[in-house]
Amino acid sequence: MLSARGITKRFGGLLAVSDASIEVAEGKIVAVIGPNGAGKTTLFAIMAGFLRPNAGTVTFRGARIDGMAPHRICRLGLTRTFQIVQPFAGLTVRENIACGAHLHHAKRADALARAAEIAAQVGMERMLDQPAQDLTVAGRKRLELARALATEPKLLLLDEVMAGLIPSEVAEIIPTIRRIRDSGVTILLIEHVMQAVMSLSEEAYVLNQGRIIAHGTPQQLVRDPQVIEAYLGHGAAERLHAGHPGAQAHA
Amino acid sequence: MRRLGPGEGVVGILLALAAISPFVLPSQAWIGFAVNAVLISVLSIAWNVTGGFCGQMSFGHAALYGTGAYAAAMLQLRLGLNPYLAGIVGIAAGAAMGGFIGALAFRYGLRGSYFALVTLAFAEVLRILASSFEITGAGSGLTLPFRPGLANLQFPDRYAAYVFVLILCILALAVSAAVKGSRLGSNMVAVRENEEAAGAIGIDAFRVKVVAMIISGAIAGAAGVAYLQIQLFIDAPIAYGSLISVEALLGPIIGGAGTLLGPVVGTVVLHIVGEVVKTGVGGAPGLNLVFYGIVLLLILRFLPNGLMGLAGNLRWPARTASAARSAEAR
Repeated sequence: MLSARGITKRFGGLLAVSDASIEVAEGKIVAVIGPNGAGKTTLFAIMAGFLRPNAGTVTFRGARIDGMAPHRICRLGLTRTFQIVQPFAGLTVRENIACGAHLHHAKRADALARAAEIAAQVGMERMLDQPAQDLTVAGRKRLELARALATEPKLLLLDEVMAGLIPSEVAEIIPTIRRIRDSGVTILLIEHVMQAVMSLSEEAYVLNQGRIIAHGTPQQLVRDPQVIEAYLGHGAAERLHAGHPGAQAHA
Repeated sequence: MRRLGPGEGVVGILLALAAISPFVLPSQAWIGFAVNAVLISVLSIAWNVTGGFCGQMSFGHAALYGTGAYAAAMLQLRLGLNPYLAGIVGIAAGAAMGGFIGALAFRYGLRGSYFALVTLAFAEVLRILASSFEITGAGSGLTLPFRPGLANLQFPDRYAAYVFVLILCILALAVSAAVKGSRLGSNMVAVRENEEAAGAIGIDAFRVKVVAMIISGAIAGAAGVAYLQIQLFIDAPIAYGSLISVEALLGPIIGGAGTLLGPVVGTVVLHIVGEVVKTGVGGAPGLNLVFYGIVLLLILRFLPNGLMGLAGNLRWPARTASAARSAEAR
């Protein structure tokens, strides 16, 4: 469904993404993980049209989309959310979601009705008339998800929708995301919350210093010494093995 | 969709009372004042489409207003066109100027104060051009011959003119309401709130902003045409002067940018303040502008959402109380 090949992005002298390739098959939940500053968000921004890669191509459902404007990519069925949530602060939850629903619903009444449906899908039906600026962090994350979902994407790019949430909120949003996938939306997500990655995704890519260093099931990846070192530092894999084999039982 | 609250109802009734007051209390001074206030309200409604709904604050709406007025005047004087046709072309000219300025400014990604400065520059350039060339009447302006009658879109007295601007104002409000309640209006608000996020949900911000400028240009052009048909005279400082640009934005900001009735409320309140000051303090020309400035500062400090924000607040106590009651009932 989505295929990014050899993506490279430089910011001045900084190589943010280097020759990264990712494949997302239809109907899957795929994760991109990696330490802070690994280039995950940059990679997302390129795939959603917010940045132009220095090299490489992005193909979505058979069409080249690299360098295309974000709104055109969205109309093809690929919508992203933002890690730093960007609600339309002056509007209510319903109006926020309706802004997304208008992409496929010309009539105001239809868009508003669709917004209420989407809100129910992400568990916001009680907050419909609240101003977006009054929402909690968890509420804003859900709103970000709902607004993107309202555009009826085929592929949803979720940029850390769980960052900043407390564990009980994470536990609530995981089934929501799974339901979205079950409704026919393919999902590519960036995530720091490993609990979420482990339980949600069937497949994950590990990005470190702009490069894809590993690819596999999350269960394989947590045992991959290269991945452990990327997160915990040089030599961590051996120390972990020696000391706490039980640390992975969690997986 | 949200129903109108009591605050908006009160504002609507007050506006309707104000609208019929010239007929109830006839006086030449009052009717002259009313014609002017309603005409500037139309211009404010135009500004509100770009500045209020879409968040693109223009400081040069005179460019659109003046273009409408000049186009209508020149077509009647130079080509002998029927005033109605000339008026329609004037409106189209205002829309075209809006689209042109918008396309140019937004193509280069100008936002905020940069956009405001570019619109101001356009209005100033047009003012200088209009006062330099013979075809626009240069320094002496353009005067339409006085031929009162409906056929010439000219008015025998101020009451007829008032009815005309009132109808125009209601039409402008209808257009504004239609925009606000449509997909386009939703897209404009999304662009105003966050352009990047709007792009992410499939909104072509450039196109939305240019369309906003075109609609705004048409309404502002209509206001310019109306001024011409009532006063039968325009010159560069009147049509393209910065006073017009300032008046276009003061009403919506004081009344509540982005609301439907805000521009009219703001303009009417502002003009009443100006009139009271003029009669109370007396003569010095331009003194009303000083008071406009004071009102603007007070509003920005104490009512950032304008007078309609104040009217909107009327709703909250009643609403939360009834919501609490219905929650208890459940």
